[in-house]
Amino acid sequence: MIVPVPMPVLTVRNLCVDARTPEGRRRVLDDISFDLNLGETLCIAGESGSGKSVTSLSIMGLLPKASLQVASGNIHLGEKNLVALSNRAMRSVRGGDVAMVFQEPMTSLNPVMSIGAQLTEAISEHQGSEGGTAQTIARQMLDAVHITDPARRLTQYPHELSGGMRQRVMIAMALSCRPKVLIADEPTTALDVTVQAQILKLMRELKQEFGASIILITHDMGVVAEMADRVAVMQNGRIIEQGDVLSVFEKPTQAYTQELLAAVPRLGAHTGTDGPPRVSPQVTTAIPTPPSPILHVRNLNVTYGSPRWLFKGKPQLTAVNNVSFELRAGETLGLVGESGSGKSTTGKAVLGLIPFTGDVVIDNKNIAGLNARQMQPVRRSAQMIFQDPYASLDPRMAVGAAIAEPLIIHGLGGRSERDDRVAELLRRVGLQPDAATRYPHEFSGGQRQRICIARALTLQPKLIVADESVAALDVSVRARVLDLMLELQETMGIAYLFISHDMAVVERMSHNVAVMRGGRIVEMGTRRAVFENPQDDYTKTLMAAVPVPDPRARHVA
Amino acid sequence: MALLIVRRLVQTALILLGVAAITFLLLYALPADPARMIAGRSATAQTVANIRRELGLDQPLLVQFWTYLQGILQGNLGRSYAQKTDVGALILARLPATLILMAAGIFVEVVLGLILGIIAALRRGGAIDRMVMMASFVGVSAPQFVVALLLLYVFAVTLGWFPMSGFGTAAHVVLPAATLGILGAGWYARMVRSAMIDVLNQDYVRTARAKGLSSARIVLRHALPNALLPIIAMIGIDIGQFMGGVVVVEAVYGWPGIGQLAWQAIQQVDIPIIMGVTLVSALAIVLGNLLADIIAPLIDPRIHAR
Repeated sequence: MIVPVPMPVLTVRNLCVDARTPEGRRRVLDDISFDLNLGETLCIAGESGSGKSVTSLSIMGLLPKASLQVASGNIHLGEKNLVALSNRAMRSVRGGDVAMVFQEPMTSLNPVMSIGAQLTEAISEHQGSEGGTAQTIARQMLDAVHITDPARRLTQYPHELSGGMRQRVMIAMALSCRPKVLIADEPTTALDVTVQAQILKLMRELKQEFGASIILITHDMGVVAEMADRVAVMQNGRIIEQGDVLSVFEKPTQAYTQELLAAVPRLGAHTGTDGPPRVSPQVTTAIPTPPSPILHVRNLNVTYGSPRWLFKGKPQLTAVNNVSFELRAGETLGLVGESGSGKSTTGKAVLGLIPFTGDVVIDNKNIAGLNARQMQPVRRSAQMIFQDPYASLDPRMAVGAAIAEPLIIHGLGGRSERDDRVAELLRRVGLQPDAATRYPHEFSGGQRQRICIARALTLQPKLIVADESVAALDVSVRARVLDLMLELQETMGIAYLFISHDMAVVERMSHNVAVMRGGRIVEMGTRRAVFENPQDDYTKTLMAAVPVPDPRARHVA
Repeated sequence: MALLIVRRLVQTALILLGVAAITFLLLYALPADPARMIAGRSATAQTVANIRRELGLDQPLLVQFWTYLQGILQGNLGRSYAQKTDVGALILARLPATLILMAAGIFVEVVLGLILGIIAALRRGGAIDRMVMMASFVGVSAPQFVVALLLLYVFAVTLGWFPMSGFGTAAHVVLPAATLGILGAGWYARMVRSAMIDVLNQDYVRTARAKGLSSARIVLRHALPNALLPIIAMIGIDIGQFMGGVVVVEAVYGWPGIGQLAWQAIQQVDIPIIMGVTLVSALAIVLGNLLADIIAPLIDPRIHAR
């Protein structure tokens, strides 16, 4: 076999980028060097704040001028040094030679322009083809990304398309001018796992067809394993390790890379066991045997919209359709499904946060039809942890006050008792007691989620609904927060209704699993049964779509 | 769309009824006596009483209101006490002048506001931005009669570029329209600025940059239509603000519109004219909002005219 000599399309050398802050300059990219070879996919992997997005924006010349600036280094695309190009010359590179696909397909398209207008605009800009020709190219591009009925799609607006379709449009737009380099910044992070699988497949196909080289930026080692020819791992603004995908995955030389790979939850990692792994060193099981059901849900229905009356009202939508399950003390029921499956709605209904029909029995009390006052005592035993630790803490409330608030609402304890309880809770979730006087913005995402957990624990609940509670966290942080949740369950006997789209995380956390789709539970059983021997086709599809963090186990060669 | 218009017509009728009732009540509660004003200072009590009976002012409030409503339904806004002519005809004769003034005023405020707002947003934090924001603050805060007198002094008296007052040529409309527009331009500049800053930070603007489009195209084709959405709703509401300004401006510049008519009528306690002008103004506001609601879905495909 003749090994082809790698031909670099894009060369980045000693690139440094500084951020301007009120405290002075701060280096956010430190001496970045890499090559992108013709026809290859280079994955830049790293956690949030590692500088991977800044790298891509530097190549595009899209750094926000007010805050970020290239301090030194070169980016060569063929003969051109992108760092030294004039604004005007750079414009012909952007979208022409180097194109980009962004993370959020829902917001990356202009809501008031038709798909056709947004596609043809790039084509006219770079190829000088107007009107009919541009329309034809646009239609061919939609065809290439497998969008059905392309002629009609051109006249539609972004809100009429699903997230996956919008991302296809973004890819069509990026490839329409046949760029040499395609930069995809977390292109599938906002998408459902089955849609992610389709988009990744599409990108692989198009790379061949259009002969583009791809820089794929992602935090997901599963996606890296699935897509990369070579990998660059970034941490704190530096590339700490780069090499071909097999050697990085199988013989990582840096401790950080090893940690990152170890922290990735792998589907099937818990095959052969019944419950989640034990994490607490002391075996203090407070769970009574046999455990009593703490939550009983029977024939739960949630409908949105009101019946049409004269001119008013929206069409009704059944978000949760006849869902029944039960959850015992000290156990976790994983509720897994894609967006729109009704899993979050179920979680809210269980806590009586939205109107529902059917029965929800928490700790032997049926909450169906209770008013806010009657709900109050029930809320003591059931709490919630939300997805976004940045949005779910009041930025103007000190952490201690946020944690103590439930005590005040329920009229429990005096001032000094509350302070003691806050200190104890903070210690319990692995934070220093002096955190109580500080404000949420002083903490990282993982620390904030610990604060949210502490707040949920304040009233010593028997049930916690955790809705995508680790989805916004980096993998290494995520693993530690999950361990904390497991430890709290072991020592306090809390039952979790663990809602997630992430199959691997659900596998790690759950005793029992329910798979939801279109408002219904399509499959429910013990974790072992569902994961090791799935019966429903949808469950199988869902599991097959999860990227495996092993480059040797790729779905497509 | 048809449904929207039908619903709005019903709403409009209800709003006008409410406006009529409130205005009627307020005028009734007025300490001034229209019969006395018409009769003159030296008239006898008998004369005043006769006039009062003639105008139906001796009837109970509800009867008076009912009679007035019946008139309106027949398209009759009543007769002016002072001018002894049909109020509808009076307003109709004055309406074109006011509409010209309002159109010119809205043009000034929207164009000026848009340009200043966009420039300020693009130069955010810079000297130009600060100057525009300062100027808009002055524009918003300055009372209209002060602005009117200032403009008159500078451009009519000192420089002599525009006529002092009156109506007829294009030159006549400049100063009144500018006076009306400056207040609104300040508001719009601020609104457009914040809307543009918001939109320029959106992901789709970054997408447009990544396509290699020119700055002009990014601002005008991608950002501006999105930033305009809240502004359009604002223009609809703004017509109400405008009517207040029209009365002042028409009085200062001797502009023969309904504002001046209302001004004179208030001095003479000419209730039918006050009522008529109030109702026409209310109608203008409702129509302005309806227009905004019809235009919005044309710009934003996510909004459905319902």
